[in-house]
Amino acid sequence: MGGVPILSLMLLVPLVGGLACFFLEAKAARMVALVATLIDLALGIVLWANYDIGGAQWQFTERAALFAGFQYALGIDGIALLLIVLSVFLMPICILASWESIEKRVGEYMAAFLFMELLMIGVFAAQDLLLFYIFFEAGLIPMYLIIGIWGGADRIYASYKFFLYTLLGSVVMLVAMLWMIREAGTTDIPTLMQYDFPVQAQTWLFLAFFASFAVKMPMWPVHTWLPDAHVQAPTAGSVILAGVLLKMGGYGFIRFSLPMFPEASAQLAWLIFALSMIAVVVTSLIALVQHDMKKLIAYSSVAHMAIVTIGLFAFNVQGIEGGMMVMLGHGLVSGALFLCVGVIYDRLHTREIDRYGGLSINMPRYATLFLLFTMASVGLPGTSNFVGEFLALAGIYQVSTWVTLVCTTGIILGAAYMLYLYWRVAFGVQKNADAAAMPDLNAREWLMLGPIAAAVLWMGVYPESFLAPMRKDIAALDARLSAAKPAGDSKLAPARKEQVRTHAANAMPHHETAGEGEGH
Amino acid sequence: MHPILIIVFAPLAAAIIGGLGNKALGSTVVKSITTGALFLSCALSWPIFLGFLGESYTPTVVPVLQWVQSGSLSFDWALRVDTLTAVMLVVITTVSALVHLYSWGYMDEDPDQPRFFAYLSLFTFAMLMLVTADNLVQMFFGWEGVGLASYLLIGFWFRKPSANKAAIKAFVVNRVGDLGFMLGIFGTYLVFGTVSIPEILAAAPGMAGSTIGFLGYRVDTMDVLCILLFIGAMGKSAQLGLHTWLPDAMEGPTPVSALIHAATMVTAGVFMVCRLSPMFETAPIALMFVTFIGAATCLFAATVGTTQWDIKRVIAYSTCSQLGYMFFAAGVGAYNAAMFHLFTHAFFKALLFLGAGSVIHAMHHEQDMRYYGGLRKRIPLTFWAMMAGTLAITGVGIYEVGGFAGYHSKDAILEVSWARGTEISHFAFWLGAFAALLTSFYSWRLIFLTFFGKPRWAESEHIQHAVHDAHGHADSEHDNPPAQEDAGHDVAHHVPHSDHGDGTAGYHPHESPLTMLIPLGVLSLGAVFAGYLFNPQFLNSEGFWKGAIFFNENLMHAMHAVPLWVKLTATVVMLIGFGIAWLGYIRDTGMPERAARQLGPVYSFLFNKWYFDELYHFLFVRPAFWLGRKFWKVGDQGIIDRFGPDGAARVVALGSVGNTRVQSGYLTTYALWMLVGVVGAITWVLF
Repeated sequence: MGGVPILSLMLLVPLVGGLACFFLEAKAARMVALVATLIDLALGIVLWANYDIGGAQWQFTERAALFAGFQYALGIDGIALLLIVLSVFLMPICILASWESIEKRVGEYMAAFLFMELLMIGVFAAQDLLLFYIFFEAGLIPMYLIIGIWGGADRIYASYKFFLYTLLGSVVMLVAMLWMIREAGTTDIPTLMQYDFPVQAQTWLFLAFFASFAVKMPMWPVHTWLPDAHVQAPTAGSVILAGVLLKMGGYGFIRFSLPMFPEASAQLAWLIFALSMIAVVVTSLIALVQHDMKKLIAYSSVAHMAIVTIGLFAFNVQGIEGGMMVMLGHGLVSGALFLCVGVIYDRLHTREIDRYGGLSINMPRYATLFLLFTMASVGLPGTSNFVGEFLALAGIYQVSTWVTLVCTTGIILGAAYMLYLYWRVAFGVQKNADAAAMPDLNAREWLMLGPIAAAVLWMGVYPESFLAPMRKDIAALDARLSAAKPAGDSKLAPARKEQVRTHAANAMPHHETAGEGEGH
Repeated sequence: MHPILIIVFAPLAAAIIGGLGNKALGSTVVKSITTGALFLSCALSWPIFLGFLGESYTPTVVPVLQWVQSGSLSFDWALRVDTLTAVMLVVITTVSALVHLYSWGYMDEDPDQPRFFAYLSLFTFAMLMLVTADNLVQMFFGWEGVGLASYLLIGFWFRKPSANKAAIKAFVVNRVGDLGFMLGIFGTYLVFGTVSIPEILAAAPGMAGSTIGFLGYRVDTMDVLCILLFIGAMGKSAQLGLHTWLPDAMEGPTPVSALIHAATMVTAGVFMVCRLSPMFETAPIALMFVTFIGAATCLFAATVGTTQWDIKRVIAYSTCSQLGYMFFAAGVGAYNAAMFHLFTHAFFKALLFLGAGSVIHAMHHEQDMRYYGGLRKRIPLTFWAMMAGTLAITGVGIYEVGGFAGYHSKDAILEVSWARGTEISHFAFWLGAFAALLTSFYSWRLIFLTFFGKPRWAESEHIQHAVHDAHGHADSEHDNPPAQEDAGHDVAHHVPHSDHGDGTAGYHPHESPLTMLIPLGVLSLGAVFAGYLFNPQFLNSEGFWKGAIFFNENLMHAMHAVPLWVKLTATVVMLIGFGIAWLGYIRDTGMPERAARQLGPVYSFLFNKWYFDELYHFLFVRPAFWLGRKFWKVGDQGIIDRFGPDGAARVVALGSVGNTRVQSGYLTTYALWMLVGVVGAITWVLF
């Protein structure tokens, strides 16, 4: 792409669209938002198509010095590429999801979403530490507004909680960033990724970044903002929250914590493992007893994100690639599940699971898609989440069998709470007349769910499309981490010579004589 | 194009077309497409099997598509065809095609037929992917795929709470096994650096005797890997401990039970152990574990089977028990005997289930054998089919002449476990022999209760319903929502006049339609001849197996050399079991009740399935929900939130009385302060 600043263009389109939406009435604002997000999607596809797999590490770079070393620097590697593609893929779907359900202040709503898109792309494309920070933190504001203005009954509490948690982490991270800039003398992320910080300092820096990313992920025990935020957010808000915002935490670990503080990451991996193990078991069990659909899916997100963190901190290729694949897969699947909730919420205006039931009778198409996403969430092979979970767990097995055992229980509990949910919503008898009268998916809803379903299957059957772009970057990260790599608890020890022989003899069949001998 | 591609993907295509087309295409079209696809697969599978039988076919692997490549871990979609696969191919496609055909008749009145047939075809596809897998992950794909189909089919009548519960239970219990399977795959990759089955099997002997750390213990590598993988097999094949889902799975329509829960899916575990047999051969402790679990299941399930009243549950426990035989055969190293029993069992067990379905169909969905009786004359063709199945499962045959299918395969297993000559194999022999006695008893009990004696139908609510409806009260059906399988059932053939004196309540059972009788006929042929015909290849021919499994020639020789009493054991216990059943259910019908009363606690222990369900409910299900509530209400809300954000809010509220102008609560103000802070901080660093 000689000369076309495609990343800047991707930022510019939602910016212009967003500004325009402020001044437009509802109908036009919707249209503008849809067109803007579709243009960005098209640009995202161009980006993907032109990304040179195996080429330079940083591509589509743009650089403009602003003041005193602070620069407007964009550029992506394979990891950022995939997350950008995920973001621009989900955006038009979010606009469609808000098409009818948002009735007040449509212009402002659409503007908030478009700014959100701008900031999300910015986060993944930023190559300057401070630029990243601005995008990362500013992302809070539109989401805060989306929850606080267009949310449900308890929106104020939820948005307050969301803001408090995320801001608190960020402040610490900012201090750490400033220290790093002083120490390394640059704000350039690619340079910082190669910079060797002193080991003692790394621990503090790691913890500071961890405070922010752990909240974003979210990891247990700083996860309680997520269920409330999800429950109160409008459908599209939940989709973006689960689909992209949570991924910023994981992206942060991949981009900053691991390459910049490899030794500290290795030393503190136990902390990550412990929190992730607790998260998998505890939040899965909590999901089992929820009555609110969105809360259930929100808690399941925490459990899935824990698989991401253990994958990333496995310090090997399978783990990190698995973590990335879970992020992508979960982005699609949890987004789709929230859309599924939204579809019936729009009809009945309740998230109470018990108000539904027997939907596969009057909404068979909906039930089919819902089943697909349920199964993907459960991690059925052939769907997106399996590839990620499998690789992440295969990666962690090389480090610790205990962590693997505990985290793999997630596949049992996950099946339990998701199928229990599916039973209560789609199977059983039609208990309520109003739920039984709901019509099946309309064309708009097909347009929202159909593409995600296709992507989920694509990622499950032929994940190479997604693994290939990030392969080189993760190999580079793996190489950077190799010095700090933990030994693993498996420690395979070969048999001694004489043992091999005796074992082989044991395994050999009994001779004919033995068989006959028994008889006499 | 290799025929295997069509064999595997035709059912998938049919499932997709049928599932998406559903009611738009109409049930006849969907039924024709799915059934046609299966008969096509079946027609293409037999030549492959016969090719291996004639030793003219060589094993091949057909690549399909790249799947995952992550560092040194890579696996692709590929279809492997060797002898072991070929055996499974004919079993799966034949039974599946027949079950499709049978369902034309059995499901005739159901409004959701397209969905049913699409699920059946989807299942077949997943099962075929499982048996053609060339790497462990694709096997796991098939493994989970059949689990999904099983979940959907058990819960097919999704209005019934019991069906939903059974479906979820099946999936979740299987997932417990899958946990073992997944850990096994991870461990295998760690040890061998690959998940390709041929590569693992080639490298396995080199790893014998090595040790590895697992959960803080240092253990034998191959033993721990094989046990982990076998835990997966225990889940899928309903072995003791993870068996609880199988009896409940009978909530599904009967053709499903025949296909999935008898002939194919539940044998996946046996298939896996056989597929990985060279690996298991390097793991003596794992093999002992396999033998022990197999033998214990075989006895456990048989004991429970003797006390059940539901005709399908008896057959379900019987399946569980027969799977135990297959496992201990594998455990003692006779993988070919295990596969042989799998092969013959598929035919006679599918036959028994479909026969039971035919009985249930005739008896207006009554499944309780206490309300059967005297059906021999009413549905004679079904009776003879069930007889063929029973003669096969009980292993009727004449020494050195030949017999029904089970005679060849089950006797071989008993003989080989004696011939193996280890303590654990003798243990398996005795348990297996006793289970064979029980098998014979409960199988004949089923036949006598159902087909002999006097009709006892009058007590049955289902029958009363049928008769009641025939009297012109068909409308009352609508007051009965859960009875979906009854809905719209043809009642015209019930004669309105009743004679209550003979226990029939005036009900006249009718023989099933031809679509149901043809599969019964074909499977009867299998039940009669499959053992006799294929005995030489399965048991004695290394050229047939061509290295697809670990073939232990010496053990096979030893098997033929066991003493005469061992060879006759199976026949003797079969006769004893028959004798007891005849005494109790033909000669003196009051005897079973007296015996049950006398053996009170033992009887209720067996009748309640050894209280496994109650135990698991107490140990796992209730604590899970209790913990979930506690973690939520006490953990998240009571501790984290209370001392976290809510606490912070209180502190701020108390401490910021003077600051209210700054803490205005307006977002814009916060954002402004944040911006000021950021700018200030940047300035501090840069200047």
